[in-house]
Amino acid sequence: MLELATIGGTAPQTGTALADSPLAIRGLTVSYGEKPAVFSVDMTVEPGRMTAIIGPNGAGKSTLLKAALGIIRPLSGQVQVFGQPMAAQRSRIAYVPQRASVDWDFPTSVIDVVLMGLYRQVGLLGRIRGTHRARARACLDRVGMGDFANRQIGQLSGGQQQRVFLARALAQEADLYLLDEPFAGVDAATEKAIIAVLQSLRAEGRTVVAVHHDLATVPDYFDNVFLINTRRVAEGPVSTAFTADTLQAAYGGRLATAQVDQLSRALV
Amino acid sequence: MLRDALLLHLGYNATLVAVGATLLGIAAGATGTFLFLRKRALVSDAISHATLPGVCLAFMAMVAMGFDGRNLAGLLLGSALSAGLGLLCLTWLVRHTRLAEDAAIGAVLSVFFGFGVVLLTVIQTMGSGRQAGLESFLLGSTAGMLRADALVIAAGGALTLAAIVLLRRPMILVAFDPEYAATRGVPVARVDFAIMALVMAVTVVGLKIVGLILIVALLIIPPVAARFWSDRAERVAGLAALFGGLSGFLGAAISAAYPDVPTGPIIVVVAFALFAVSLLLAPGRGVLAAVLRHRRFQRRVHLRQGLLALAQGQPIYERLTLRLLRRAGLARADGVATTEGRARAAKALRDEKRWEIVRSDHAHEAAAALYDGLRDIETVLTSDQIADIDTRIGGPRGVTP
Repeated sequence: MLELATIGGTAPQTGTALADSPLAIRGLTVSYGEKPAVFSVDMTVEPGRMTAIIGPNGAGKSTLLKAALGIIRPLSGQVQVFGQPMAAQRSRIAYVPQRASVDWDFPTSVIDVVLMGLYRQVGLLGRIRGTHRARARACLDRVGMGDFANRQIGQLSGGQQQRVFLARALAQEADLYLLDEPFAGVDAATEKAIIAVLQSLRAEGRTVVAVHHDLATVPDYFDNVFLINTRRVAEGPVSTAFTADTLQAAYGGRLATAQVDQLSRALV
Repeated sequence: MLRDALLLHLGYNATLVAVGATLLGIAAGATGTFLFLRKRALVSDAISHATLPGVCLAFMAMVAMGFDGRNLAGLLLGSALSAGLGLLCLTWLVRHTRLAEDAAIGAVLSVFFGFGVVLLTVIQTMGSGRQAGLESFLLGSTAGMLRADALVIAAGGALTLAAIVLLRRPMILVAFDPEYAATRGVPVARVDFAIMALVMAVTVVGLKIVGLILIVALLIIPPVAARFWSDRAERVAGLAALFGGLSGFLGAAISAAYPDVPTGPIIVVVAFALFAVSLLLAPGRGVLAAVLRHRRFQRRVHLRQGLLALAQGQPIYERLTLRLLRRAGLARADGVATTEGRARAAKALRDEKRWEIVRSDHAHEAAAALYDGLRDIETVLTSDQIADIDTRIGGPRGVTP
């Protein structure tokens, strides 16, 4: 813990001013009961980049994301989205939850789930129009799920469920995408489809932040990393922040030395 | 007699009861759907039992102030207040203690109901003339229903339905994915409260007809039955309203035709009958459909395995397989393939190879998802696509059904 605290000071090397950052977090502490899951964390997300939040199990990755989104109320700390409080910028953020977080036997169809992404546009009593449906269809096509529009969601495989959630987020046409473990338990085809969509979002100048668990794909998929183990361990471009030292600091003894060597060699 | 009752020919009171019970059933079915989808069905049991002390205290207060203790509006107001208090206790217990929701429901339900029964006993000692049959709120009683009572129920039911139409989208969003709903700015706690407030309204309005012990049945059975018939939340709510309304109407008619039969329990029995029919006969999710589907599936598996065995010259040991092949004219009694059997077997083997390609090719993902080892490949791919796959397989061409 002591060692972590000293390395925890690694300053962000992004050079992004606070007001320009799509997501800036200061002094965030979240606690379940009396054990902090996230402790005094600062984070400055670089605009137009893909950032991976990585760390061992129980390190507070999902908690950090949920607190940033206002789903969990933090004990202390500030969250700014595009330089303003989260509530004022809600329409610019799209969230892709872990697919295991919902009941897939819920009576709804694939297209209806995507239409939930247009909740703000449709309104309380507005009719769902052809334009809304067309937009939802286009989002499904973008994740390769166009043929599944009218299926009941319970008939989908895990990877397909994940892509439906991504399509729902795409329908929001947000500027900042926050994804919780988008590659957890999905097939290779889905992983390819999702990463292609995320890269196209980046190409459009949007910002992507994803909780990620597969260290081997970090350098391939992401520009920046944010290492967390309750506290911030390191933050910055993959080349400087994703090193043997920072990984060792974040994971402690949980990564074999050989594994760390292999990962950092892949970077060179 | 029953026919007269169904046609509302049994007099003024019976008609009032039938209209009231129908409206109550519609409101309860629609409201219950959102409770059921939110997976909090049993909360309604705590709410309904928590109405009893309120009914008793309202009675005592009205008597003490010199009014008629039996005034329905006053009693319902009392029941709403104590149901609200019960809901607050439940919410507080779940949020601020380590008690899980099921345990908290049990605690609130039994404490409030117990307290209510104590108050009922106290009222009985207050003077026999004033008892006013408060026990009838336990199981409902429609015998002395007044026009004003029916109006209270109709107004409550109509308001509840209007609120549901207004709030259906946020309620569905919160029921399906509360965390995502929160990120879209939906006030999740307030939507949950709205669902509970609607349940409370239905409970209070239903006290007179169905009673507090059975109102939970009218809230939960119609949506559970409706779920068998549809995979769309809004349609489930509509069907639940229909089932609830039908239960209310038929139950009221039956109890009007046979005056010894209490209305509330009969309504619940009718609702249960609708549930039983749905459970057994609904296409798709019903038990009978599932059994038939399984039988059909089993036969297709056997036939397919039999054809593949024929194609590869393997002996067939399973008697069901052999019988199915014989009945289809594909094999003789000794297990040797007929001419048609040989052709079909060759096609089956060919299709296996085609499916292999489809399943390994990401471009065919939607088709591959339909693979179950049985489906004819022609039903998912065009003949051009199949021809394309055949060129990739190579070998003999023109293997057709």
